[in-house]
Amino acid sequence: MSFILTKEQEQVQKMMRSFVENEVAPIADEMDKAGEFPVDLVKKMGRYGLMGVAFPKEYGGAGADYVSYAIVIEELSKAWAAAATIVAAHNSLCCWPIFGWGNEEQKQKYLPDLLSGKKLGAFGLTEPNAGSDAGAQQTRVDVKDDCYVLNGAKVFITNGAYADVFVVMAMNDKKKGTRGGISAFIVEKGDPGFSIGKSEEKLGIHSSSTTELVFQDCTIPKDRLLGKIGDGFKVAMSTLEGGRIGVASQAVGIAQGAFDLAVEYMKQRKQFGKKLSQFQALQFEMADMDTRIHAARLLVREAAVRKDQHLPMGKNSAMAKYYAADTAMQVAVKCLQFHGGYGFTQDYAIERFFRDAKITEIYEGTSEVQKIIIAGTIFGKK
Amino acid sequence: MKIIVCAKQVPDTNEIRINPETGTLIRDGVPSILNPDDANALELALEIKDKNPGTTVTVVSMGPPQAQEMLEECLAMGADEGILVSDRAVGGSDTWATSNALAAAIRKVGDFDLLLGGRQAIDGDTAQVGPQIAEKLGLPQVTYVTEFELEEGGKSMVVKRALEDGFEEIRIHTPCMLTAIKELNDPRYMSISGIYNKDKDIKVWNAADIEVDLTTVGLKASPTNVFRSFTPKPKGKGVMLEGDTDGELAQHLVDDLKRKHII
Repeated sequence: MSFILTKEQEQVQKMMRSFVENEVAPIADEMDKAGEFPVDLVKKMGRYGLMGVAFPKEYGGAGADYVSYAIVIEELSKAWAAAATIVAAHNSLCCWPIFGWGNEEQKQKYLPDLLSGKKLGAFGLTEPNAGSDAGAQQTRVDVKDDCYVLNGAKVFITNGAYADVFVVMAMNDKKKGTRGGISAFIVEKGDPGFSIGKSEEKLGIHSSSTTELVFQDCTIPKDRLLGKIGDGFKVAMSTLEGGRIGVASQAVGIAQGAFDLAVEYMKQRKQFGKKLSQFQALQFEMADMDTRIHAARLLVREAAVRKDQHLPMGKNSAMAKYYAADTAMQVAVKCLQFHGGYGFTQDYAIERFFRDAKITEIYEGTSEVQKIIIAGTIFGKK
Repeated sequence: MKIIVCAKQVPDTNEIRINPETGTLIRDGVPSILNPDDANALELALEIKDKNPGTTVTVVSMGPPQAQEMLEECLAMGADEGILVSDRAVGGSDTWATSNALAAAIRKVGDFDLLLGGRQAIDGDTAQVGPQIAEKLGLPQVTYVTEFELEEGGKSMVVKRALEDGFEEIRIHTPCMLTAIKELNDPRYMSISGIYNKDKDIKVWNAADIEVDLTTVGLKASPTNVFRSFTPKPKGKGVMLEGDTDGELAQHLVDDLKRKHII
């Protein structure tokens, strides 16, 4: 295996650094404070292939690999985690299950508009009483002769208020539960009986839209089923398995972004007649963090390479997400500390990184769920 | 339309430092980039291509083999083809010899409607190669182009040329050469799809391929050569004058100038 990026991956990194410097970093603070969803930025990201990174060109994707996808998410997150949330939820959680589980008609119908960024995607699994315990779905589907009828509600849905296409899980047979009782459907904005509910006010990633989805006798045609009836839990779990690479990359980016802010601050801030960068105790803390961030990045890249080569990667992506999220949180806490009182004000971006880091330990499988997955590979599943 | 863009790989001068002892550039670790004005020329070509399906964009460059990286980036931005003239025989060329080699390469590419280039490269800052190529190919040319509009379905165009104290609006017929300045447009980024384009078409041509007269290219054929390069002495630190009113500020300025026997 190689630890060196390919020429294409290096070009993606170069392109992303330039894109982020000019298009993302300048708007991040202001948009975060306003809690505004970056509609124009999403269009630009679509133009440059960010909305369909690791999908084949025949469906309108950019034709890149998962390592490049990890680079895209990391580079965005170094400046603005919320932008990465929008891209990762769209790519990993909506486009991927349609690509991986959809039939040819569904792929032809949905992917070109999604992968080019003309339409935005979302994923509905979590419910008020089904978070980590995703099998406890209460949203139900009635299978009719000519349609499906959904009833229930989803919560904490990323991109909710701005998405056009939703991949939604619903229970078709409670007795079967996760073993064939859940099915996955494509729901479109404007489908009868489907509406967007409450929009959450969050600790961080303010500019990402997080809403409730409400289904009241939501009636959708038969061609919206993803896979077969009863495949839903498999659709959801395989989607999240790859999705973790996105969140782990986001965590690496947040950590690196916070770290870079601290480096700049420490080179300028003087106390006791010396720059902070000249205190060895702080230097050692920075050396620790630099090492941790690099280790997290290598875990992410390994999981991405395995995904590219279609090798089993559930354990790898779980380790990557668990470790990277933990790193993001620890690094953000320390880097804010090194900013002292200024770090606690909204005048310094480190405050935003500190708030944004936390979500990486929670969404797309909490750190505890990642440990369940890792432990399962050691001792076997229950 | 068939468009040819001349581009150069240059060291990123924003990142360059100068060895104060020797006065030479420290090139180690300095990234190489597509020359900024050439990126504006390429952007113009790609905008024309976006609006006129069937348009092809060929980027021609001269330089060492690693300049292929820059051509790959041009292709990732949307160009169709890249040609690198690379040969020890053309190494060390000044602007006259460089334009001989590039003109020969462009003749080899064949017919075209529009030849574009940047005003100047940030490493040499001569602004001579573009106009010289146009002369050698017998093409009408407009330099310092800041606005552009196609007419008669691409047979002619109206361009705005930036001068020191104003603008000229010029109608020009194809084939012709234009040199771009940064005010012309905002160059696009590479796209991920462009980076992962499997049909990258980059050709490397040597002096024999472009059928150039070897007595007109390279260091020996160059009528000019760099005698010595040095770093100008750094200027002293500036002084900020302070005062509450304009009159007070002016008085400070006059006092200072008198003290230094300037007035």
